[in-house]
Amino acid sequence: MSDFWLHPSVILLVGAALLPLVPRPLKPVWLLVVPVCTFVRVVGLTPGVYGQVEVFDLTLVFGRVDALSRLFAYVMGLITGIATLYGLHVREDGQHMAAWTYAAGSVGAILAGDWLTFFLFWELMALASVFLIWYRRTPQALGAGYRYLLVHLAGGVSLLAGIVWQVGSTGQLDFAPFEVGSLSPAAWLVLLGFLLNAAVPPLHAWLPDAYAEGTFNGSVFLSALTTKTAVYALCRGFAGLELLVPLGVIMALYGVVYAVLENDCRRLLAYHIVSQVGYMVAGVGLGTELAINGTCAHAFAHILYKGLLFMGCGAVLHMTGQSKFTELGGLWQKMPWAFVFTLVGGLSISAFPLFSGFVSKSMVVAAAFEDHRLLAAFLLMLASVGTFLHTGLKVPYFIWFGRNRCKPETWERAREAPWNMNLAMAVTSLLCIFIGSYTPYLYSMLPHPVHYEPYTAYHVSETLQLLLFTAVGFFLLIRKLEPEPTISLDTDWFYRMGGRAFLRWARHPVRTWDDRLGECYRRCGLAGLRAVAGWVRAFDQLVIDGLVDGLAWRIALLGGRLRTLQRGPVQESLTVGLAVLVVGLLLVWWWWR
Amino acid sequence: MNLVAFIAWLRRHLRRLVQGCCVLLALLVIVDAIPGVVNKEHAHTAVERWPGFWALFGWAGCVVLIVLSKWLGHAGLMQREDYYDE
Repeated sequence: MSDFWLHPSVILLVGAALLPLVPRPLKPVWLLVVPVCTFVRVVGLTPGVYGQVEVFDLTLVFGRVDALSRLFAYVMGLITGIATLYGLHVREDGQHMAAWTYAAGSVGAILAGDWLTFFLFWELMALASVFLIWYRRTPQALGAGYRYLLVHLAGGVSLLAGIVWQVGSTGQLDFAPFEVGSLSPAAWLVLLGFLLNAAVPPLHAWLPDAYAEGTFNGSVFLSALTTKTAVYALCRGFAGLELLVPLGVIMALYGVVYAVLENDCRRLLAYHIVSQVGYMVAGVGLGTELAINGTCAHAFAHILYKGLLFMGCGAVLHMTGQSKFTELGGLWQKMPWAFVFTLVGGLSISAFPLFSGFVSKSMVVAAAFEDHRLLAAFLLMLASVGTFLHTGLKVPYFIWFGRNRCKPETWERAREAPWNMNLAMAVTSLLCIFIGSYTPYLYSMLPHPVHYEPYTAYHVSETLQLLLFTAVGFFLLIRKLEPEPTISLDTDWFYRMGGRAFLRWARHPVRTWDDRLGECYRRCGLAGLRAVAGWVRAFDQLVIDGLVDGLAWRIALLGGRLRTLQRGPVQESLTVGLAVLVVGLLLVWWWWR
Repeated sequence: MNLVAFIAWLRRHLRRLVQGCCVLLALLVIVDAIPGVVNKEHAHTAVERWPGFWALFGWAGCVVLIVLSKWLGHAGLMQREDYYDE
């Protein structure tokens, strides 16, 4: 083992393990100190290979630090701190422990240098994160959590199969890029596992299903960690894979279309994760330096603004108990700051100039244009229109303005969120604006040198026209966008209804036939067996034994006699005999006298 | 600054606000048409050089997305909330 190297995940895991032992008054301090220590540790990471452990004849690498892994670990550390601050007042230790274990899994997977370590941390994420859904304690959350877990375990099996195959065929345990020109079957299996976690359609339905059912603060962690860890893994393993460009573009538009239909604000945001991760997946597929920079920058910006949006809508959920547009509206008088923070998130995701998305998303689109993929580039611009339409306009409008659809009790409950939630949102808002206004902060962390300038007159003019005229379209068609109390069918239909059909099949035809078979066996089978056994016995006794010397039959007869002796009749005869003797003696004595 | 009072003030002057936004939109397209201000030499395609192309793209894209999505939704994707209840 090399010199001592403190893994950032260890701080989180130890912090989580000790949390129940911390006295109640000191818990908030502990909840702040542990993520801060983790973040300081992540910031202090220097490029190199650390934490090498020899197990049998395998070399595990817990710390591969380079520009790519450092950037992702940095932002994971940052959002863990912010999201913990946001849920500081939550008194259930289990929620914080699950969240930190989940974050430890994410940071661990990002820093892992070999497949085995990577896989272990990857699965730790799935197992820990499901508790952030279950802690909501609603029947819907329970079901969504089970589906989430099953889908992720299926993805994990594919990943593991790919890893075993890959390591078996090459003998190399280190997590190195695949040959994207001609993917081996092992690489396809690994890719499938990655694409599932990145929520690429049709493997994406777990995301809107689960993230909308998570706890108000748990979904902030969920929105940040799983998909972006998968983006990191794709960047590491499959940069330049042609297939990812069309997949990314489809993702970007798919999320936007479903967001139009969605009535639950957090599920709408979840669909926009699919959409935004689409830019990143497309960037990985393009694979140029600009595209990879764009992917990383967008992942960084996305984690913060999407966390902010989930915090804003989570605040509404926490304070009113509602997350559906048809149950909300007109809340600007009650929760104005939550509105401002959500709006900042909305402007950031929409890539407004001076907000974080502007300096990150445009890199991916520019990379597509520079690579002469005009269709992909224009479709990504179209997805930007949809992003502003929903997250920038629909979410703030139908929650804080529009017609007041709140029930009296919802309106009564609604008020500004606690200080810690507002502080977390304020910090994230400032970061979003800082990243968008001062580009060197983010650009200096990117894996490749940056020769890109977002603030040109043309780019600003293009973006402002695109977004502001989208707003015109929104207000013209606002009637069509009025929320409707519906849900949208997605690819989870296949496994939800498929599972149900399987259960029905198991209940009805299988069980009925099982019962019938049992009855048939009891009637025909057992009776037949008994008859056969009777014949065999008779044959044995009469033919075989009779032919030999009847010994068995005689022994059986003697046994029967002996049995009669041993049994009750002996006692009975003795009793009767004794009684007769006593009566006889009495008669003799009477006659003699 | 009282945020609620500020939003209320904006809402009271909604008509002014909308007029101001319309002026801003018009200015945006006009400025886009001035080559001295917005240099389009590095635009990737010919259509991008049209003045106000992205304004049209944004507006038309918005309309297409809403109409197309709602059509898909009403074609069967949108279902009652108790659809999955047994």
